[in-house]
Amino acid sequence: MFYREVGEFKTSYPQDSESFAIGLDKYGYYFILIIAFGIIPFLVNDYWANAVFVPFLVWAVASLGLNILTGHCGQISLGTGGFMAVGAYSCYKLMTSFPDLNIIFCIIISGVITAAVGILFGIPSLRIKGFYLAVATLASQFFLVWLFNRVPWFYNYSASGQISTPERSVFGVLVTGPNVQPWAQYLICLLFAFGLAWGARNLTRGSLGRSWMATRDMDIAAEIIGVNLLKAKLSAFAISSFYIGIAGALFFSVYLGAVEATEAFGINQSFLVLFMIIIGGLGSILGSFIGAAFMVLFPVLLKNILVGWWQWDAAIATHLEFISVGILIIVFLIFEPHGLAQLWRLLKQKLRLWPYPH
Amino acid sequence: MQTLLFALEVSLNGFMTGILYSLVALGFVLIFKASGVFNYAQGVMVLFAALTLVGLQQGIVPFEHLINNLFGTSIHGFGWNMPTLLALLLTLLTMLLLAWLVEKLILKHLVNQNPVILFMATIGLAYFLEGFGDLMWGADVKKLDIGVPMGISDTVESTTYDWFGYGFFIDRLDITASIVAALLVIGLTIFSQYSKTGRALRAVADDHQAALSVGISLRQIWVIVWSIAGLVALIAGIFWGSKSGVQFSLSLVALKALPVLMLGGLTSIPGAIVGGLLIGVGEKLFDFLVGPMIGGATENWFAYVVALVFLLFRPQGLFGEKIIERV
Repeated sequence: MFYREVGEFKTSYPQDSESFAIGLDKYGYYFILIIAFGIIPFLVNDYWANAVFVPFLVWAVASLGLNILTGHCGQISLGTGGFMAVGAYSCYKLMTSFPDLNIIFCIIISGVITAAVGILFGIPSLRIKGFYLAVATLASQFFLVWLFNRVPWFYNYSASGQISTPERSVFGVLVTGPNVQPWAQYLICLLFAFGLAWGARNLTRGSLGRSWMATRDMDIAAEIIGVNLLKAKLSAFAISSFYIGIAGALFFSVYLGAVEATEAFGINQSFLVLFMIIIGGLGSILGSFIGAAFMVLFPVLLKNILVGWWQWDAAIATHLEFISVGILIIVFLIFEPHGLAQLWRLLKQKLRLWPYPH
Repeated sequence: MQTLLFALEVSLNGFMTGILYSLVALGFVLIFKASGVFNYAQGVMVLFAALTLVGLQQGIVPFEHLINNLFGTSIHGFGWNMPTLLALLLTLLTMLLLAWLVEKLILKHLVNQNPVILFMATIGLAYFLEGFGDLMWGADVKKLDIGVPMGISDTVESTTYDWFGYGFFIDRLDITASIVAALLVIGLTIFSQYSKTGRALRAVADDHQAALSVGISLRQIWVIVWSIAGLVALIAGIFWGSKSGVQFSLSLVALKALPVLMLGGLTSIPGAIVGGLLIGVGEKLFDFLVGPMIGGATENWFAYVVALVFLLFRPQGLFGEKIIERV
């Protein structure tokens, strides 16, 4: 009745190509932005920032990145953890080598460096595809993590092999280091997540995004209608790695503060991000956020209920988490391969016809 | 001379490790050929089989931690050790049951899906099995001993000492593993060449639709292949488990079977064997020769990087069928 295009009069081309064609969608989007930028920063406390919001935003950025590569361009990658490590370690090297450089630039440059590494490891995608490619990307996962563990230059020869973030501030507000305020952590992650999501949305509906999707649907056919496969695949790898690198940099500098390559960027992180986009929805910006929220909230919830309320062993909660994540993945693939985002799409479709469904 | 002999010993040891890689890779190839499913969970199946075997043998009560937590009891094992043979048999039954359940609950619903979707489903299965195995038998590192000969072989050492003046250290476990692997490959070859089921398996591997149209039940075949893969996983689990203890890292070692496969070609059983040996020898030699210069522990990534570079030049692997794409 109220959710439909009728009555939305477009009088110019820019209006016609707006992201949200329906008024209600647009206002909902503004509403969420107001809550995220204007209300949550005043309410957030240390626990909520560190257990929920900051990891959610960081993982959302990572899954946006993987979603560009896997969801839009159809290239599976199991090297997400390795690329996040590149982001984290380049951010660390930049922060320590150029102490005067603003942290924002450090993070963005880490993204660019990761993009370069991503292109390098994306080259095989020109020759191989499907799970051959997935296994080839495992090489980046294991090689990069090994590199950051074994070459002392990357961790500035620290005795523990760990890297830990120095204190940096933006406009006089501390955003990294142990004394950071939760709202500052939250806001800097939110800024990046918002900017990158906006970028991803507009990239994927432009000509580049269309060439990605053509490549995903059938690469030979795409080539025949004039898509430059080399450009499409490598740009997908570059941009996806840029996102993942920024996620890695945020993960290290803002969220954890101190990391060790094997633990923080192991193969399980690669799977975690893959699961986020499967559950959230392949090829959907909203899906990346929903998936990240789900995979961040689910273990927290499970732990709170099992360990917090019922006093179970923490180890059992972890095992149950593995079991339920595995089951969820299979259930989603069987019943809703397009993820939670598809449910949202279906709901909107229904709403558009409501209350006269025919 | 000494270095050369030492390098020879290193490569011989790598050869033995390679055989174990081949064993795991074999499981992958079998499933891939028959159902087109790239079974990521094979590595975890190895772990699960080994865990079940140890758990049964040591008389651990399944889910004892969970039960203790739920009911406040303090159960700690049945208090007896199961005879090895019985434990082996029961583990095998478990693997067969697993194969049946996988077909029933997962594969059946994903017929005709994109292979990539199936691949992701097996990642989900891997996660499930990992959590389930740990929940069932406990997550601590377990020692697996079912009477496979272990320790340095004195015969080999003394013989080689007589020949070269330098004794080779070779684990008896590795020798046994090689023999068992060879027997397994021969057995599987005979099975697939000369038995009726084997012929059906090869038919399905060749062409699903043609096989269906001559009356071969695809679903039955899938159960059979997954059972065989379960058996192979059990054997691999016994040897890896006896070698390095039953723990989570077992499934990571098994992950190395993936680059082995890529190298050998996804559809070729000889490819799995040759690929495994190449990777096994290659990574040991590389770590021995180049490793000290660049920081060591290169075994973690050597296999993957070799596969990556190799695939650039020959996407179908050493023995794989040439990939022909039709639009």
